[in-house]
Formats: sequence, structure tokens, C-alpha cells
Amino acid sequence: MQPLLEVRHVSFSYHTIHGETPALSDIHFSLSQGEFAAIVGPSGCGKSTLLSLISGLLAAESGQILLRGKNVKGSNTGIGYMLQKDHLFEWRTIRRNALLGLEIQKRLTPENLRRVDDMLDSYGLGAFKNARPSQLSGGMRQRAALIRTLALEPDLLLLDEPFSALDYQTRLSVGDDIGSIIKKERQTALLVTHDLSEAISMADRVIVLSKRPARIRQIVPIVLSIPDRTPMKSRSAPEFKDYFNLIWEELNRHD
Amino acid sequence: MTEYSQNQARYLKRLLYRKRLIATARILLAVAFFILWETAASLGWIDSFFFSSPSRVVSTAFSMAKEGALFLHIGTTLAETLISFGLVVVLGILTAVLLWLFPSFSQVLEPYLVILNSLPKSALAPLLIVWLGANVRTIIVAGMSVALFGTILNLYTGFKETDPEKLKLIYTLHGTKKDALLKVAIPSTIPLIISVMKVNIGLCLVGVVIGEFIGARQGLGYLIIYGSQVFKLDWVIMSIAILCVIAMGLYAILGFVQRHYIKKF
Repeated sequence: MQPLLEVRHVSFSYHTIHGETPALSDIHFSLSQGEFAAIVGPSGCGKSTLLSLISGLLAAESGQILLRGKNVKGSNTGIGYMLQKDHLFEWRTIRRNALLGLEIQKRLTPENLRRVDDMLDSYGLGAFKNARPSQLSGGMRQRAALIRTLALEPDLLLLDEPFSALDYQTRLSVGDDIGSIIKKERQTALLVTHDLSEAISMADRVIVLSKRPARIRQIVPIVLSIPDRTPMKSRSAPEFKDYFNLIWEELNRHD
Repeated sequence: MTEYSQNQARYLKRLLYRKRLIATARILLAVAFFILWETAASLGWIDSFFFSSPSRVVSTAFSMAKEGALFLHIGTTLAETLISFGLVVVLGILTAVLLWLFPSFSQVLEPYLVILNSLPKSALAPLLIVWLGANVRTIIVAGMSVALFGTILNLYTGFKETDPEKLKLIYTLHGTKKDALLKVAIPSTIPLIISVMKVNIGLCLVGVVIGEFIGARQGLGYLIIYGSQVFKLDWVIMSIAILCVIAMGLYAILGFVQRHYIKKF
């Protein structure tokens, strides 16, 4: 079966007047339908750059990125992107924030509207549809941002450290929340994070990157022996600690 | 009604007291000024022919109002100011949007806008009279010339400071630059637009009065110049007093719009 996403030998450098900074070097991996992968690496290693490339906001200098066999560059509506902050607009209500993507793509059809309303209801925002973002907690805001992204029914969801702006306690519960929503919607997703436990608790596979220019160090499949895996339950799985140590050592290996 | 603790009540009381104190002091200052002025004029400390007096200003205003001339002058100045302000709002926003949409274009134009903005606009007024004639159009252009370039520069800077991450969001939702403008740049700049306009309405008034100085047959600016030429200084001082009231009124209206807008959020 053809993988959903193929990243083939991708390299990328940033150019400024002061010179060239290589950010990614020969990144090669693929994701299949329904899979949840996480990318971890030292901060500033080019993780976010990789997401910008996959989303088509930036063009790879060499290599190819294919979504369902087609190049991602150009107007590509198959990819949803969740940024570090929720960026909900204060001048819109929560409902109208959630509809922003559909509005931009002129897809405000009755069934899409109904789907967004259903999602708002089932993810605990039903009573806040007409509230302003500032009236919501950090976790609720992040959920609203997720619904805004999922409203476009992306084939692939990119998450760029979406919990890093939250305090630790909120972060755990929102991670659990969002992870469960993604699983429930059977959404293929790629999460970028520098938090190892977050990666292990949420992902089916963890891609470990090296320092800049980032190369793939190792791809670790996560298999946990617990039923009904959720991000929260994963943390108490017996294998969790071993994966943590394995990835930790991989990140800190000098060569 | 919420129940307050004793300390909270004391705090609120102190706050209210302070607010009243400031309001009272403000009014007293004006009253003291007018009393001093009136006394000085009636006791002959100052020559009321040159310095007028509150009572002379009021009686001048009354007699001019009876003839109807006063309202013509006030109406003219007010109408010219509002028209030039309206045009500044429209042209200012439009130009700033165009500059934001075409960054290379704006880089070319930026130094010229800075020069035009810092140029004393009163220097342009005689030229405008020659080019456009001594008519209302010239005066409206004079009013605009004072406010327009500053508006463009301020709004353009405001648009440029739109959070790049919010713009990125639009692009991740597969939006275009037009979406970025309409969904992010303009809505997030509205508070700035209002506060820029609050300053500009006063500037338009300044420009209109300058225009009326040299090219008008009616309006408060004309009355000031004419009054000074025929040594009717009561007219001049009355006109200045009315201009103060107009400036205050216009500022207050935009202040109201601003508060109303902020309250919506």
C-alpha cells in the first residue's frame, strides 16, 4: 500500500545576508494512513522547518515530499497545521474562530457547519460557541484551535509543539485530550516536540533527530503493553521508562 | 449586587473621592481663569480692546448668533473639517493597505512619505490657493494635507506589525494574502486606526483653519484673520474659543467610539 506521506531525502538551508545555515540534511521517512508519529530533537535543530516543508509553506531545496504520491508544494488542502500558540482571534467568537479555515476556503456548506458544531459540542465547547477566546482556559483554547484545523478534514495533521505554551499540569491534560481526539477521529498526525515523554505517550513511532543540520538518528516504534492506550495511561506502561532512556541516550550520543 | 468587604468599600470610596477631586480641580481652574480674565479686563489691568474679556466674547457671540453669521462660520469650518477627515480616513486606509500588499512598492515610496509627512503643511497652503483657487476644495485639501501622510505612515507601520504567526496561521489554512489582509491585518489594526483618527481629526481642523486664513470668505479661520485686520479682537478671541470647543467635541466623539469599541471585547 502506498504510504500517506513520503519524505524523500529532503535537505534544506536558510539563507541570510550573513551566509547559509543548513537546517535539514537527507531526511527520509514515511507515514501510513492512521499513524501518529512524533519527531523529537534538540531545540533549534530544524524540527519546525520540517513541518513548514511538509505543509508546503517552504519549498525543499533537494529531495521530494509527497502526499498520496503528489508533491505538496503549491495549494494543498490535504494538510492541517497546528501551531505552537492557538492564535484564536479575539475579534471573533469561538464558533467563528473554528470556522475560519472553512471560511477562507469558501466551504461553509451546511454539512460542514453541522460537523463543526458537532465537534464543538462533543469536545466540551458547546456552551462557549459565542464566547470570546479570552474567556476560555488554555486547554479549551487549544481544543478550539484543533477543531479549526480538523474542520478542513485534512489527510494529515501537523502539530508544532502545540502544548508548549501551556503550564505543565494543563499540558498533561490537554495532551491527553488532544491525543484522544486525534485517535478517535482516526487522524494521521505528525507531532513535533522537544518533550520526550510527550512524544512517547502519544506516538506510534518516534523519529529522533540530531543537532543542526538535522539528520535522522533513529526511528523508534513504540509498542506499549496496555489496553485502550491513551496518552495519560501510556505514561504508566512498564515499557515507558525504557523507551525514554533509549531515546534520551540516542539524543545525547556524541559522534 | 455584589457584597464588598469593608476594606474593598474603603478602597472604592477613596478611588471615587480622588476622581471627584480631579474633576473639581479641572473645573475650578477654568472658572478661576475666566474670573481672573474678567476682573483684569474690568479693572483695567489689561486693555480689553486687545485682550477682550469673557463677557465681551459672550456678547459678541450672542450678537453674531442673532444675525446668523456665527452659525455660518462654525458650520463652514465644521463641514470642511469633517469632509477632509472623511477623505483622510478613506485615502489613508486605502493607501496603507496598498503599501502593505506591495512591499517593494512601499520600500520605494517610504522616504518620500517621510519627507511629505515632516514638511510643514502651512508652507503648501499658498501654493494650493494658486493651483486650486480660493474655494472650499482648496481648504479641504489643506485640511487633508496636514493629516494624510502621518495617517498613511502610522497605519502602514501598524499593518506591518501584524503578528507574523497569525499571518502564518492564515497560510496554514491555505489562505491568500487577501485573506491575511481581511481576516487578520485589518481587524487586528482597528484599535490603532481609531486612535490614529482621534489625533487626525484635530489635525484636519488645524489644516482647515490654515486654509481659511488665506483662501476663504467664511469660516472661523477667515473670521480670525479678518478680525485681526480690522482690529475686532473680540471676534478673533471668540473664534479661538469656539475652535477650542469644536476640537474638544470632535476628540470626545472619537474617544466615545474608541471606548465603545473596546467595550465590545
